[in-house]
Amino acid sequence: MSAPGLLAFCGRLLRRQLVLALRRPVDIGNPLLFFAMVVALFPLGLGPAPAALAGFAPGILWIIALLANLLTADNLFRGDFEDGSLEQLLLSPQPLYLSVLAYVLAQWLVTGLLLAVLSPLFALMLGLPGAAVPTLVASLLLGTAVLSLVGGIGAALTVGLKRGGMLIALLILPFYMPVLIFGSAAVQAVVGGMPAASHLAILGAMLCLSVALAPLAISAALRISIDA
Amino acid sequence: MWSFFHKLGSPPWLYRITGSILRWLLPLTLIALAVGAVWGLLFTAPDFRQGNSYRIIYIHVPSAVVALAGYYVMAFAGAISLIWKMKMADVAMKSCAPVGAALTFIALVTGAIWGKPTWGTWWVWDARITSMLILLFLYLGVIALYEAFDNKEAAGKACAVLTLVGTVNIPIIYKSVDWWYSLHQPASIKFTGESSIDPSMLYPLLLMIGSFYALFTCALLMNMRLEILRRESRTGWVRKLVGA
Repeated sequence: MSAPGLLAFCGRLLRRQLVLALRRPVDIGNPLLFFAMVVALFPLGLGPAPAALAGFAPGILWIIALLANLLTADNLFRGDFEDGSLEQLLLSPQPLYLSVLAYVLAQWLVTGLLLAVLSPLFALMLGLPGAAVPTLVASLLLGTAVLSLVGGIGAALTVGLKRGGMLIALLILPFYMPVLIFGSAAVQAVVGGMPAASHLAILGAMLCLSVALAPLAISAALRISIDA
Repeated sequence: MWSFFHKLGSPPWLYRITGSILRWLLPLTLIALAVGAVWGLLFTAPDFRQGNSYRIIYIHVPSAVVALAGYYVMAFAGAISLIWKMKMADVAMKSCAPVGAALTFIALVTGAIWGKPTWGTWWVWDARITSMLILLFLYLGVIALYEAFDNKEAAGKACAVLTLVGTVNIPIIYKSVDWWYSLHQPASIKFTGESSIDPSMLYPLLLMIGSFYALFTCALLMNMRLEILRRESRTGWVRKLVGA
Protein backbone atom coordinates (compact mmCIF):
# COMPACT_ATOMS: atom_id res chain seq x y z
CA MET A 1 0.00 0.00 0.00
CA SER A 2 1.49 3.32 -0.97
CA ALA A 3 1.46 6.20 1.50
CA PRO A 4 -1.03 8.96 0.69
CA GLY A 5 0.21 12.41 -0.34
CA LEU A 6 0.63 15.13 2.21
CA LEU A 7 -2.59 17.00 1.54
CA ALA A 8 -4.59 13.79 1.19
CA PHE A 9 -3.20 12.61 4.52
CA CYS A 10 -4.14 15.82 6.30
CA GLY A 11 -7.54 15.81 4.65
CA ARG A 12 -8.18 12.27 5.85
CA LEU A 13 -7.00 13.13 9.35
CA LEU A 14 -9.30 16.14 9.43
CA ARG A 15 -12.20 14.05 8.17
CA ARG A 16 -11.52 11.37 10.74
CA GLN A 17 -11.53 13.90 13.58
CA LEU A 18 -14.74 15.47 12.32
CA VAL A 19 -16.44 12.11 11.91
CA LEU A 20 -15.39 11.16 15.43
CA ALA A 21 -16.79 14.44 16.73
CA LEU A 22 -20.05 14.14 14.78
CA ARG A 23 -20.64 10.61 16.08
CA ARG A 24 -20.83 12.12 19.56
CA PRO A 25 -23.10 15.12 18.98
CA VAL A 26 -23.52 15.57 22.74
CA ASP A 27 -19.85 16.47 23.02
CA ILE A 28 -20.35 19.17 20.39
CA GLY A 29 -23.45 20.45 22.14
CA ASN A 30 -21.94 20.56 25.62
CA PRO A 31 -19.75 23.66 25.17
CA LEU A 32 -22.68 25.49 23.61
CA LEU A 33 -24.94 24.48 26.47
CA PHE A 34 -22.23 25.59 28.88
CA PHE A 35 -22.07 28.93 27.08
CA ALA A 36 -25.84 29.39 27.39
CA MET A 37 -25.89 28.42 31.06
CA VAL A 38 -23.06 30.73 32.07
CA VAL A 39 -24.73 33.58 30.17
CA ALA A 40 -27.74 32.94 32.38
CA LEU A 41 -25.53 33.14 35.51
CA PHE A 42 -24.51 36.74 34.93
CA PRO A 43 -27.96 38.37 35.16
CA LEU A 44 -28.49 36.32 38.33
CA GLY A 45 -25.20 37.43 39.84
CA LEU A 46 -24.95 41.00 38.60
CA GLY A 47 -28.67 41.83 38.65
CA PRO A 48 -30.88 41.98 35.57
CA ALA A 49 -30.55 45.76 34.91
CA PRO A 50 -30.23 45.89 31.08
CA ALA A 51 -27.87 48.90 30.98
CA ALA A 52 -25.33 47.31 33.31
CA LEU A 53 -25.49 43.97 31.51
CA ALA A 54 -25.04 45.62 28.12
CA GLY A 55 -21.96 47.40 29.44
CA PHE A 56 -20.40 44.17 30.65
CA ALA A 57 -21.60 42.10 27.67
CA PRO A 58 -18.38 42.20 25.57
CA GLY A 59 -16.29 41.03 28.50
CA ILE A 60 -18.85 38.45 29.65
CA LEU A 61 -19.21 36.89 26.20
CA TRP A 62 -15.48 36.73 25.69
CA ILE A 63 -14.79 35.22 29.09
CA ILE A 64 -17.41 32.53 28.55
CA ALA A 65 -16.05 31.71 25.09
CA LEU A 66 -12.60 31.40 26.68
CA LEU A 67 -13.85 29.09 29.44
CA ALA A 68 -15.82 26.94 27.00
CA ASN A 69 -12.67 26.58 24.93
CA LEU A 70 -10.64 25.74 28.01
CA LEU A 71 -13.03 22.96 28.97
CA THR A 72 -12.79 21.30 25.55
CA ALA A 73 -9.01 21.69 25.25
CA ASP A 74 -8.32 18.75 27.55
CA ASN A 75 -10.06 16.29 25.19
CA LEU A 76 -8.05 17.25 22.11
CA PHE A 77 -5.56 14.37 22.26
CA ARG A 78 -6.81 12.31 25.20
CA GLY A 79 -8.91 9.75 23.31
CA ASP A 80 -6.21 9.09 20.73
CA PHE A 81 -3.57 8.93 23.44
CA GLU A 82 -5.49 6.31 25.36
CA ASP A 83 -6.21 4.00 22.40
CA GLY A 84 -2.68 4.33 21.02
CA SER A 85 -3.50 5.97 17.70
CA LEU A 86 -1.50 9.04 18.73
CA GLU A 87 1.58 6.84 18.95
CA GLN A 88 0.93 5.59 15.41
CA LEU A 89 0.64 9.18 14.25
CA LEU A 90 4.05 10.01 15.76
CA LEU A 91 5.55 6.97 14.04
CA SER A 92 4.09 7.83 10.64
CA PRO A 93 6.39 9.47 8.08
CA GLN A 94 4.05 12.44 7.64
CA PRO A 95 5.18 15.76 9.16
CA LEU A 96 3.73 16.08 12.62
CA TYR A 97 3.34 19.84 12.18
CA LEU A 98 0.53 19.42 9.65
CA SER A 99 -1.13 16.52 11.46
CA VAL A 100 -1.29 18.58 14.63
CA LEU A 101 -2.73 21.49 12.67
CA ALA A 102 -5.44 19.16 11.34
CA TYR A 103 -6.31 18.06 14.90
CA VAL A 104 -6.58 21.64 16.10
CA LEU A 105 -8.54 22.73 13.04
CA ALA A 106 -11.05 19.92 13.56
CA GLN A 107 -11.44 20.89 17.22
CA TRP A 108 -11.89 24.56 16.33
CA LEU A 109 -14.55 23.73 13.73
CA VAL A 110 -16.74 22.01 16.32
CA THR A 111 -16.12 24.46 19.20
CA GLY A 112 -14.81 27.94 18.32
CA LEU A 113 -16.57 28.25 14.99
CA LEU A 114 -19.92 27.12 16.43
CA LEU A 115 -19.52 29.44 19.41
CA ALA A 116 -18.77 32.38 17.14
CA VAL A 117 -21.73 31.60 14.88
CA LEU A 118 -24.12 31.27 17.82
CA SER A 119 -22.73 34.23 19.78
CA PRO A 120 -25.14 36.84 18.27
CA LEU A 121 -27.99 35.00 20.01
CA PHE A 122 -26.32 35.29 23.41
CA ALA A 123 -25.24 38.87 22.63
CA LEU A 124 -28.87 39.82 22.12
CA MET A 125 -29.86 38.12 25.38
CA LEU A 126 -27.33 40.28 27.22
CA GLY A 127 -28.42 43.41 25.35
CA LEU A 128 -25.21 44.04 23.42
CA PRO A 129 -25.87 46.84 20.87
CA GLY A 130 -26.60 45.36 17.43
CA ALA A 131 -23.84 47.35 15.76
CA ALA A 132 -21.22 45.51 17.79
CA VAL A 133 -22.44 42.02 16.87
CA PRO A 134 -20.48 41.63 13.59
CA THR A 135 -17.29 42.65 15.41
CA LEU A 136 -18.07 40.17 18.18
CA VAL A 137 -18.41 37.36 15.65
CA ALA A 138 -15.25 38.40 13.81
CA SER A 139 -13.21 38.72 17.00
CA LEU A 140 -14.47 35.34 18.23
CA LEU A 141 -13.65 33.70 14.90
CA LEU A 142 -10.06 34.93 15.04
CA GLY A 143 -9.64 34.68 18.79
CA THR A 144 -11.02 31.19 19.38
CA ALA A 145 -8.66 29.87 16.69
CA VAL A 146 -5.75 31.27 18.69
CA LEU A 147 -7.25 29.81 21.86
CA SER A 148 -7.56 26.37 20.26
CA LEU A 149 -3.92 26.44 19.12
CA VAL A 150 -2.61 27.58 22.50
CA GLY A 151 -4.94 25.17 24.27
CA GLY A 152 -3.43 22.42 22.13
CA ILE A 153 -0.04 23.09 23.73
CA GLY A 154 -1.53 22.64 27.19
CA ALA A 155 -3.41 19.52 26.06
CA ALA A 156 -0.25 18.00 24.57
CA LEU A 157 1.79 18.73 27.70
CA THR A 158 -0.76 17.16 30.06
CA VAL A 159 -2.14 14.34 27.91
CA GLY A 160 -0.02 11.72 29.67
CA LEU A 161 -1.08 12.84 33.14
CA LYS A 162 -3.99 11.26 34.94
CA ARG A 163 -4.95 14.44 36.74
CA GLY A 164 -4.58 16.92 33.91
CA GLY A 165 -7.88 18.77 34.15
CA MET A 166 -7.04 21.53 36.62
CA LEU A 167 -3.42 21.75 35.57
CA ILE A 168 -4.19 22.54 31.94
CA ALA A 169 -6.18 25.58 33.07
CA LEU A 170 -3.25 26.84 35.16
CA LEU A 171 -0.85 26.33 32.28
CA ILE A 172 -2.72 27.96 29.44
CA LEU A 173 -4.84 30.68 31.07
CA PRO A 174 -1.86 33.09 31.20
CA PHE A 175 -1.56 32.67 27.45
CA TYR A 176 -5.30 33.18 26.95
CA MET A 177 -5.17 36.59 28.63
CA PRO A 178 -3.71 38.61 25.73
CA VAL A 179 -6.39 37.16 23.42
CA LEU A 180 -9.08 38.12 25.91
CA ILE A 181 -7.70 41.66 26.18
CA PHE A 182 -7.80 42.34 22.45
CA GLY A 183 -10.96 40.33 21.76
CA SER A 184 -13.12 42.16 24.27
CA ALA A 185 -11.39 45.48 23.49
CA ALA A 186 -12.45 45.12 19.85
CA VAL A 187 -16.11 44.70 20.83
CA GLN A 188 -15.91 47.48 23.42
CA ALA A 189 -14.38 49.81 20.83
CA VAL A 190 -17.38 49.39 18.55
CA VAL A 191 -19.79 49.87 21.47
CA GLY A 192 -17.97 53.13 22.26
CA GLY A 193 -18.18 54.29 18.64
CA MET A 194 -14.54 53.66 17.76
CA PRO A 195 -13.14 51.55 14.91
CA ALA A 196 -12.16 48.01 15.93
CA ALA A 197 -9.85 47.32 12.98
CA SER A 198 -6.62 47.72 14.96
CA HIS A 199 -7.71 45.24 17.65
CA LEU A 200 -8.86 42.75 15.03
CA ALA A 201 -5.56 43.21 13.20
CA ILE A 202 -3.65 42.36 16.39
CA LEU A 203 -5.84 39.28 16.87
CA GLY A 204 -5.03 38.31 13.29
CA ALA A 205 -1.33 38.79 13.97
CA MET A 206 -1.64 36.58 17.06
CA LEU A 207 -3.34 33.95 14.90
CA CYS A 208 -0.52 34.06 12.32
CA LEU A 209 2.08 33.75 15.07
CA SER A 210 0.33 30.86 16.76
CA VAL A 211 -0.34 28.99 13.50
CA ALA A 212 3.37 29.26 12.79
CA LEU A 213 4.71 28.35 16.25
CA ALA A 214 2.07 26.51 18.29
CA PRO A 215 2.14 23.28 16.18
CA LEU A 216 5.90 23.07 16.80
CA ALA A 217 5.37 23.31 20.55
CA ILE A 218 2.48 20.85 20.38
CA SER A 219 4.57 18.32 18.41
CA ALA A 220 7.46 18.60 20.86
CA ALA A 221 5.09 18.26 23.81
CA LEU A 222 3.36 15.23 22.27
CA ARG A 223 6.71 13.45 21.79
CA ILE A 224 7.57 14.14 25.43
CA SER A 225 4.20 12.90 26.64
CA ILE A 226 4.44 9.72 24.57
CA ASP A 227 7.98 9.03 25.81
CA ALA A 228 7.02 9.51 29.44
CA MET B 1 37.53 25.02 26.27
CA TRP B 2 35.39 22.03 25.41
CA SER B 3 36.52 20.17 28.52
CA PHE B 4 34.94 23.00 30.54
CA PHE B 5 31.73 22.48 28.61
CA HIS B 6 31.82 18.74 29.25
CA LYS B 7 32.56 19.24 32.93
CA LEU B 8 29.38 21.33 33.20
CA GLY B 9 27.48 18.12 32.64
CA SER B 10 29.10 16.38 35.57
CA PRO B 11 27.11 16.66 38.82
CA PRO B 12 30.05 16.21 41.28
CA TRP B 13 32.14 18.79 39.41
CA LEU B 14 29.26 21.26 39.27
CA TYR B 15 28.49 20.68 42.94
CA ARG B 16 32.10 21.39 43.90
CA ILE B 17 32.53 24.45 41.66
CA THR B 18 29.24 26.05 42.74
CA GLY B 19 30.29 25.45 46.34
CA SER B 20 33.50 27.39 45.85
CA ILE B 21 31.68 30.14 43.94
CA LEU B 22 29.10 30.51 46.69
CA ARG B 23 31.81 30.69 49.35
CA TRP B 24 32.80 34.18 48.19
CA LEU B 25 29.72 35.25 46.21
CA LEU B 26 27.26 34.82 49.08
CA PRO B 27 29.10 37.02 51.64
CA LEU B 28 29.77 39.59 48.93
CA THR B 29 26.09 39.63 47.98
CA LEU B 30 24.96 40.09 51.57
CA ILE B 31 27.43 42.95 52.09
CA ALA B 32 26.33 44.65 48.85
CA LEU B 33 22.66 44.22 49.82
CA ALA B 34 23.29 45.70 53.26
CA VAL B 35 25.29 48.63 51.86
CA GLY B 36 22.73 49.31 49.14
CA ALA B 37 19.80 49.11 51.54
CA VAL B 38 21.38 51.39 54.17
CA TRP B 39 22.52 53.86 51.49
CA GLY B 40 19.15 53.93 49.80
CA LEU B 41 16.98 53.91 52.90
CA LEU B 42 18.97 56.27 55.14
CA PHE B 43 21.38 58.41 53.15
CA THR B 44 19.46 59.57 50.08
CA ALA B 45 17.38 62.73 50.01
CA PRO B 46 13.60 62.29 50.28
CA ASP B 47 11.68 62.72 47.04
CA PHE B 48 10.24 66.22 46.69
CA ARG B 49 6.77 64.89 45.93
CA GLN B 50 6.58 61.44 47.48
CA GLY B 51 8.62 62.15 50.59
CA ASN B 52 10.08 59.04 52.14
CA SER B 53 7.63 56.55 50.66
CA TYR B 54 9.60 56.36 47.41
CA ARG B 55 12.43 54.55 49.24
CA ILE B 56 10.70 51.24 48.59
CA ILE B 57 12.03 51.67 45.05
CA TYR B 58 15.26 50.12 46.35
CA ILE B 59 13.43 46.82 46.83
CA HIS B 60 10.66 47.09 44.24
CA VAL B 61 12.63 47.89 41.09
CA PRO B 62 15.50 45.41 41.63
CA SER B 63 13.13 42.53 42.38
CA ALA B 64 10.99 43.33 39.33
CA VAL B 65 14.01 43.63 37.03
CA VAL B 66 15.53 40.37 38.21
CA ALA B 67 12.17 38.57 38.14
CA LEU B 68 11.91 39.32 34.41
CA ALA B 69 15.55 38.45 33.74
CA GLY B 70 15.10 35.23 35.75
CA TYR B 71 12.49 34.04 33.29
CA TYR B 72 15.02 34.37 30.49
CA VAL B 73 17.56 32.42 32.51
CA MET B 74 14.95 29.71 33.01
CA ALA B 75 13.99 29.66 29.32
CA PHE B 76 17.63 29.62 28.26
CA ALA B 77 18.38 26.70 30.55
CA GLY B 78 15.25 24.96 29.26
CA ALA B 79 16.37 25.44 25.65
CA ILE B 80 19.83 24.04 26.45
CA SER B 81 18.33 21.01 28.17
CA LEU B 82 15.97 20.37 25.25
CA ILE B 83 18.56 20.83 22.50
CA TRP B 84 21.71 19.31 24.03
CA LYS B 85 19.95 17.11 26.60
CA MET B 86 22.17 18.41 29.38
CA LYS B 87 20.90 17.18 32.74
CA MET B 88 22.44 20.08 34.62
CA ALA B 89 20.63 22.63 32.44
CA ASP B 90 17.45 20.85 33.44
CA VAL B 91 18.46 21.22 37.09
CA ALA B 92 19.10 24.94 36.53
CA MET B 93 15.71 25.43 34.88
CA LYS B 94 13.86 23.62 37.64
CA SER B 95 15.73 25.58 40.32
CA CYS B 96 14.98 28.90 38.63
CA ALA B 97 11.20 28.69 38.92
CA PRO B 98 10.73 29.08 42.71
CA VAL B 99 13.34 31.87 42.91
CA GLY B 100 11.73 33.76 40.04
CA ALA B 101 8.27 33.27 41.50
CA ALA B 102 9.43 34.62 44.87
CA LEU B 103 11.00 37.70 43.25
CA THR B 104 7.87 38.37 41.19
CA PHE B 105 5.80 38.07 44.35
CA ILE B 106 8.09 40.52 46.18
CA ALA B 107 7.81 42.96 43.26
CA LEU B 108 4.00 42.74 43.36
CA VAL B 109 3.76 43.11 47.15
CA THR B 110 6.19 46.03 47.37
CA GLY B 111 4.38 47.61 44.43
CA ALA B 112 1.09 47.34 46.30
CA ILE B 113 2.64 48.83 49.45
CA TRP B 114 4.10 51.66 47.38
CA GLY B 115 0.85 52.18 45.51
CA LYS B 116 -1.21 52.85 48.65
CA PRO B 117 0.47 56.16 49.69
CA THR B 118 1.27 57.38 46.15
CA TRP B 119 -1.72 56.31 44.05
CA GLY B 120 -4.19 55.89 46.92
CA THR B 121 -4.91 52.24 46.09
CA TRP B 122 -3.30 48.90 46.74
CA TRP B 123 -4.02 47.52 43.32
CA VAL B 124 -4.98 48.77 39.89
CA TRP B 125 -5.47 46.71 36.75
CA ASP B 126 -2.73 48.59 34.99
CA ALA B 127 -0.89 46.90 32.11
CA ARG B 128 2.45 46.56 33.89
CA ILE B 129 0.91 45.27 37.12
CA THR B 130 -1.39 42.82 35.37
CA SER B 131 1.42 41.52 33.21
CA MET B 132 3.64 41.00 36.26
CA LEU B 133 0.78 39.00 37.76
CA ILE B 134 0.75 36.91 34.57
CA LEU B 135 4.50 36.41 35.00
CA LEU B 136 3.82 35.04 38.49
CA PHE B 137 1.26 32.65 37.00
CA LEU B 138 3.79 31.54 34.38
CA TYR B 139 6.34 30.71 37.07
CA LEU B 140 3.74 28.92 39.18
CA GLY B 141 2.52 27.02 36.11
CA VAL B 142 6.03 25.68 35.50
CA ILE B 143 6.27 24.52 39.13
CA ALA B 144 2.80 22.92 38.95
CA LEU B 145 3.61 21.11 35.70
CA TYR B 146 6.91 19.81 37.05
CA GLU B 147 5.27 18.45 40.16
CA ALA B 148 2.45 16.79 38.17
CA PHE B 149 4.80 14.38 36.36
CA ASP B 150 5.96 11.25 38.13
CA ASN B 151 8.65 10.74 35.52
CA LYS B 152 11.02 13.61 36.32
CA GLU B 153 12.89 13.38 33.02
CA ALA B 154 9.67 13.98 31.11
CA ALA B 155 8.75 16.68 33.63
CA GLY B 156 11.93 18.57 32.80
CA LYS B 157 11.32 18.37 29.06
CA ALA B 158 7.66 19.37 29.36
CA CYS B 159 8.60 22.35 31.54
CA ALA B 160 11.29 23.35 29.04
CA VAL B 161 8.66 23.48 26.26
CA LEU B 162 6.34 25.48 28.50
CA THR B 163 9.02 28.02 29.46
CA LEU B 164 9.99 28.48 25.82
CA VAL B 165 6.36 29.12 24.90
CA GLY B 166 6.20 31.58 27.80
CA THR B 167 9.06 33.71 26.47
CA VAL B 168 6.54 35.16 24.02
CA ASN B 169 5.01 37.02 26.97
CA ILE B 170 8.20 38.53 28.40
CA PRO B 171 8.84 41.29 25.81
CA ILE B 172 5.15 42.22 26.16
CA ILE B 173 5.55 42.60 29.93
CA TYR B 174 8.76 44.56 29.44
CA LYS B 175 7.24 47.00 26.93
CA SER B 176 3.78 47.13 28.53
CA VAL B 177 4.45 50.47 30.26
CA ASP B 178 5.32 52.09 26.97
CA TRP B 179 2.47 50.58 24.96
CA TRP B 180 -0.40 50.98 27.44
CA TYR B 181 0.58 54.03 29.42
CA SER B 182 -1.75 54.43 32.40
CA LEU B 183 -0.79 54.61 36.08
CA HIS B 184 2.54 52.82 36.30
CA GLN B 185 5.35 55.08 35.09
CA PRO B 186 7.63 54.03 32.25
CA ALA B 187 11.22 53.02 32.98
CA SER B 188 13.28 55.79 34.56
CA ILE B 189 16.65 54.19 33.92
CA LYS B 190 17.78 54.10 30.33
CA PHE B 191 20.92 52.67 28.83
CA THR B 192 20.87 55.30 26.09
CA GLY B 193 19.94 58.89 26.77
CA GLU B 194 19.47 60.60 30.09
CA SER B 195 17.79 58.80 32.98
CA SER B 196 14.88 60.64 34.57
CA ILE B 197 16.17 59.85 38.06
CA ASP B 198 18.68 61.94 40.01
CA PRO B 199 22.21 60.42 40.19
CA SER B 200 22.18 60.58 44.01
CA MET B 201 19.19 58.22 43.98
CA LEU B 202 20.36 56.29 40.92
CA TYR B 203 23.66 54.97 42.28
CA PRO B 204 22.21 53.16 45.31
CA LEU B 205 19.47 51.84 43.03
CA LEU B 206 22.00 50.45 40.57
CA LEU B 207 23.89 48.90 43.48
CA MET B 208 20.67 47.28 44.68
CA ILE B 209 19.87 45.97 41.18
CA GLY B 210 23.36 44.48 41.00
CA SER B 211 22.97 42.94 44.45
CA PHE B 212 19.62 41.44 43.51
CA TYR B 213 21.18 39.84 40.43
CA ALA B 214 23.85 38.40 42.71
CA LEU B 215 21.20 37.32 45.21
CA PHE B 216 19.29 35.59 42.41
CA THR B 217 22.49 33.81 41.35
CA CYS B 218 23.18 32.68 44.93
CA ALA B 219 19.64 31.42 45.46
CA LEU B 220 19.72 29.66 42.07
CA LEU B 221 23.05 27.96 42.81
CA MET B 222 21.95 26.90 46.29
CA ASN B 223 18.72 25.50 44.84
CA MET B 224 20.71 23.70 42.14
CA ARG B 225 23.06 22.14 44.69
CA LEU B 226 20.11 20.85 46.66
CA GLU B 227 18.53 19.44 43.50
CA ILE B 228 21.81 17.80 42.45
CA LEU B 229 22.10 16.10 45.85
CA ARG B 230 18.49 14.98 45.63
CA ARG B 231 18.90 13.48 42.16
CA GLU B 232 22.28 11.90 42.86
CA SER B 233 21.34 10.66 46.31
CA ARG B 234 22.04 7.05 45.31
CA THR B 235 25.53 7.67 43.92
CA GLY B 236 28.78 7.04 45.71
CA TRP B 237 30.06 10.61 45.84
CA VAL B 238 26.92 11.92 47.55
CA ARG B 239 26.98 9.08 50.08
CA LYS B 240 30.61 9.88 50.82
CA LEU B 241 29.77 13.57 51.09
CA VAL B 242 27.03 13.13 53.65
CA GLY B 243 29.04 10.46 55.45
CA ALA B 244 26.48 7.69 55.11
